[in-house]
Amino acid sequence: MMEIEEQLLATPLPGPGETWELRLYVAGQTAKSIAALTNLRRYCEQHVPGKYQLEVIDLLQHPQLAEGDQILAIPTVVRKMPEPIRRVIGDLSNEERVLVGLDLRPTHL
Amino acid sequence: MQEKQLPLAALPRLPKAPTGIEGLDEITEGGLPLGRPTLVCGSAGCGKTLMAIEFLVRGVEEFGEPGVLMTFEETADELADNVASLGFDLRQLQADKRLRLDHVHIDRSEIEEAGEYDLDGLFIRLGYAIDSIGAKRVVLDTVEALFSGFDNQAVLRSEIRRLFRWLKDKGVTTIITAERGEGTLTRQGLEEYVSDCVILLDNRVIDQITTRRLRIVKYRGSTHGTNEYPYLISEDGFSVLPVTSLKLEHAVSDEVISSGVPGLDEMFARRGWYRGSSVLLTGTAGTAKTTLAAAFALETCRRGERCLYFAFEESPAQLLRNMRSVGFDLQPYLDQGLLRIDSSRPTLNGLERHLVTLHRVVAEFKPQAVIIDPISNLISVGSISEVRSMLTRMIDFLKINNVTALFTALISNRNGQLEMAEEGVSSLVDTWISVRDLEGIGERNRGLSILKSRGMAHSNQVREFIMTGTGVHLLDVIIGPAGIITGAGRLTQRIQEEAQRVVQQHESDRRDRDLERKRRMLEATITNLRADFETVEDELRRISHEELTRGTALREGRTALTQGLSADYLASQPNTQL
Repeated sequence: MMEIEEQLLATPLPGPGETWELRLYVAGQTAKSIAALTNLRRYCEQHVPGKYQLEVIDLLQHPQLAEGDQILAIPTVVRKMPEPIRRVIGDLSNEERVLVGLDLRPTHL
Repeated sequence: MQEKQLPLAALPRLPKAPTGIEGLDEITEGGLPLGRPTLVCGSAGCGKTLMAIEFLVRGVEEFGEPGVLMTFEETADELADNVASLGFDLRQLQADKRLRLDHVHIDRSEIEEAGEYDLDGLFIRLGYAIDSIGAKRVVLDTVEALFSGFDNQAVLRSEIRRLFRWLKDKGVTTIITAERGEGTLTRQGLEEYVSDCVILLDNRVIDQITTRRLRIVKYRGSTHGTNEYPYLISEDGFSVLPVTSLKLEHAVSDEVISSGVPGLDEMFARRGWYRGSSVLLTGTAGTAKTTLAAAFALETCRRGERCLYFAFEESPAQLLRNMRSVGFDLQPYLDQGLLRIDSSRPTLNGLERHLVTLHRVVAEFKPQAVIIDPISNLISVGSISEVRSMLTRMIDFLKINNVTALFTALISNRNGQLEMAEEGVSSLVDTWISVRDLEGIGERNRGLSILKSRGMAHSNQVREFIMTGTGVHLLDVIIGPAGIITGAGRLTQRIQEEAQRVVQQHESDRRDRDLERKRRMLEATITNLRADFETVEDELRRISHEELTRGTALREGRTALTQGLSADYLASQPNTQL
């Protein structure tokens, strides 16, 4: 089902509430999609290394998935966990907004 | 207003997708532009969503075109519940894969914008929904909600433009709803992007009564009705009332039907009025308009025909009771289903609502006669011009269906001003009967006259009528020294006539007796004369007898003398006498 699935699991499994489950929705390999994926991966590695799951969904391949996460804009990254669900749209070039939007700050740091 | 009679063009016309919405297809001359977007705009609560949903549902049910409803405001469940009251079962249609609902949830607080984006997600969702059921119709309700969800207006606008273009390329007939803005058709200026067809819905409240109007602002590549058309949302959905453009082409009947009052029938040359004509019955308060209307209803039912009675003043029970007092028992016909009484206060609904109710009930009940009692009450619901246009439509509609219509109207005789009934309706109706008070010395009586009767000679008299326990009776015309006499005057006249008759009888008796007497006297005289005559006759006879006797005696004497002389001579001629 996943076109590109990357699960970068950290060595010690993070405790509950400390895993960032992220889904990036793209529509084909557009410049914006590639930029978004690159940016997102970089922020995760910087801020929550080893404590995130990143799932990339290409809606061109799986259009039926768009409805479930209420996707309108592309690219959109959805933070499934921790609750509440947050969405950040765009190519994620604005780091500050991405960090605020996804709240990528591990609580124990 | 008038439909243009276009020449039969050799060129193909703009293909259209019929909406199936009552009336809308007529004013758009066939429906919405096929495969193109149509913008439906209007203020809150004017039925944009409903119209759009009906477009989809009718598309599925009547034209076999599956539809997609993308809603930005209400959830699929809410929508399904909301329209269930109109008989639209969205859930079943979804289960049958003929309709697809997609609720787009936009929450500004959940979305952070970080960099460039586009709305491909929306396109993909919509595209997927369309392709999954092979949809031909799409509704976006209300796409403006996007503006609250995204900051970047420039992107949004270009994306919306792209969306409409994309829908056009997809070849789906689309309705996009939009909220009306201040001074503009839509708050976000969506009319810039949708250039094929724009429909404006308007909801206005005048004198506490809401009326709804629909107008086609533009329709590229097609002629269309340009007026504001009243529309309403009834139990059966959306209906637009375009009916003012009647061409007066209805067939007419030559059959004459009775008014239910024998005396009234006789005032018409053909004893009644034409089937399918419209009859107006005007009168001041308490002049038995309703009773006359009920008589007609009763007569209609008696013929075994169906009659629809709209009572704007009385409840069915009250009407039944009141009519029983004049000997009209409507109950059996109600039970048989020949009579139907529809009572409501005129102010319950706007005028259009009444008209639609009428349309619906007529279509359902298929009556041969319709009574509206009274139409003058409707004026409390709208202005004179509105009422007139509604009545025009109503009369036209009934005429087209060859339904005989009887309207009663209350008029006031106090002021000399022309009443609604006179100036507005009278030219529309074929027969106009006026009932009025004939107020005399200390009493009022009811008089009835025919003011007009198209296509039939009629009496010019004002006839007094009375209501008895056995119905309405027109009294014979009594002409007194100062014209037609009514009421007590009539009675007085009758008593006087009676007295006169008695006197005449006496006179005649007396004359008879005189004659008898004279005859007897004459006879007595005759007897006397005859007695006299007999006396004279006796005398004369006696004289003549005496003379004869004397003669004989003389002759005998002379014979005796002669015998003495020549007895032998006389004896030889015994038969010879002197």
